Amino acid sequence: MLQAGEWAYTEKLKEHFMSPKNILQGDNTDDFDGVGMEGNLQCGDQMLVAIKVDKDKEVITDCKWKTYGCASAIASTSILSEMVKGMTLDQAFHVSPKDVAKELGGLPDHKIHCSVLGDKALRAAINNFYSRNGMDDKVKEEQAKIVCQCMNITDHDIEEAVLEGARTYYELQERTKLGTVCGQCKDEAEMLLEKFKHIHFGA
Amino acid sequence: MGHMQVYFDNNATTPLHPEVKKELIAGMEMFGNPSSMHGFGREARANVEDARRKVADFIGAHEHEIVFVGSGSEANNTVLSLFVCGTSQCIPGTRMRSTIITTKIEHPCVLETSECLAHRGANVKFLDVDRYGKVDLDQLESMLGDDVGLVSVMMANNEIGTLQDIETITKIVHERGAYMHTDAVQAVGKVPVDVRKLGVDFLTMSGHKIYGPKGIGALFVRKGIPYCPLIRGGHQERGRRAGTENTLGILGLGKAVEMRSIEMAAEEKRLMELKGILKRGIEEKIDDIHFNGHPEDSLAGTLNVSFAGAEGEAILLYLDLAGIAVSTGSACASGSLDPSHVLLATGVDAETAHGSIRISMGRESTLEEVEYLLDVLPKTIQRIRDMSTAYIKGGCHVAGR
Repeated sequence: MLQAGEWAYTEKLKEHFMSPKNILQGDNTDDFDGVGMEGNLQCGDQMLVAIKVDKDKEVITDCKWKTYGCASAIASTSILSEMVKGMTLDQAFHVSPKDVAKELGGLPDHKIHCSVLGDKALRAAINNFYSRNGMDDKVKEEQAKIVCQCMNITDHDIEEAVLEGARTYYELQERTKLGTVCGQCKDEAEMLLEKFKHIHFGA
Repeated sequence: MGHMQVYFDNNATTPLHPEVKKELIAGMEMFGNPSSMHGFGREARANVEDARRKVADFIGAHEHEIVFVGSGSEANNTVLSLFVCGTSQCIPGTRMRSTIITTKIEHPCVLETSECLAHRGANVKFLDVDRYGKVDLDQLESMLGDDVGLVSVMMANNEIGTLQDIETITKIVHERGAYMHTDAVQAVGKVPVDVRKLGVDFLTMSGHKIYGPKGIGALFVRKGIPYCPLIRGGHQERGRRAGTENTLGILGLGKAVEMRSIEMAAEEKRLMELKGILKRGIEEKIDDIHFNGHPEDSLAGTLNVSFAGAEGEAILLYLDLAGIAVSTGSACASGSLDPSHVLLATGVDAETAHGSIRISMGRESTLEEVEYLLDVLPKTIQRIRDMSTAYIKGGCHVAGR
């Protein structure tokens, strides 16, 4: 008989869950140069990222965080905080959930959405740094990513469709015409649909 | 790590009773098919029927009223499916009564079957529960009409432990001419269950929740009640469930209920005391908590508690690292994005549901284990809250501290 238990998670993730790095101590973020927060408790995930920045070089010198969420949410924020130290703001801005998941040695499919808030909070912190320092021109809106190549539909379009009431893949197709040509984007679009439903409606 | 191993997830499943284990080991020598006429077959048949009598006696039924099935889920599927038959041949009279009433806090095997049946043309209505998880009897009265064929209400809830007054519900249901089913998987073997006293027409029970083997359940079908098998094509179980009998499972279930009848009463008293200690301990040591379920009408061994600002899967896994096994109503642990439907039905917000854990004790649970949990849990919650966004400046619970 097999003996118990591999976790559903990788060893790397388990390590970061057991000993999370760079947790913000206490509740004061006044000493930081940029602070961002995403998600909410009703959805089951919320992350705060606070960064210190070398203003001349625009390099992140410190990154602390708080997370309300499951093991993969805790571990992905922990590893993200390690990854971005020493990065330029521009590099850090482009860290994706995929990069975080890769660094953790992979995430179970249904846990991917738990890791998307950390990098989002990080981008919010970077934008917060820019606006605090009179660099509003550098504040970047979330970049849209094309999901459906055939119809040129982005993740922002999907988010908008969800906000306007699309709840199923078919309703999404009705509104955006996404996936009506080759259909290859169906999986990704469905994942985004679930993600945005979750983020905006906790459903 | 040399810490204690504590199993507080007895509502998920239970370890085999040592006497059941002995019975199963001995039973492995027996391989005959109960349907065979020769000696091997007769030996198996005798043991199956002996177990049937034990199960029937335990719930106050006649042995002919017991159908052995593969699981509680199968029993529930069987009963619900009876009431959406497209013909009027099998169950005369129920065709015109194709509405099913159940509750919002049932096990998924009832809820998902109900949804499937709704797609097949049945009309399904879901009863609300109050903040303790008790069904609304007035609402039941208002839903009952000539169109209702079946009402299915679980006797004890698996997540919060709340017990329903099945006897009263059954009276109401019968007055309006519908049949009554109760999923008593979590109740049988924990609280006294007598099908005559309850008056129910169908009752579901399972082996592995009461220190018996997995893969065996029993369905009580009151004599004279219309019935149609879910699994067809065999004369087994008097034509009510095809497929060669799970002789070993049946043997184990028989032994399990026999042991329950000896141990249940004293155990319930003991678990009630342990739960009191656990509840008081959590209240004393941890702030911002919420107990889910009914304060009195509840399974003795089940305690469901929510912690503000702490997410359930994280609690579960930190406890697992300390050797303590519990379960959670958090969405993250379920593989879906929604937290426990039971907790949401009691009216708590999603955060409270995400932050819940279910501690379910059983016959092997000890005071020492409760004390160990009371030592580990406050530190675990503190640790999670220290890294939670809920308690930062401007966070949700900053005022609570």
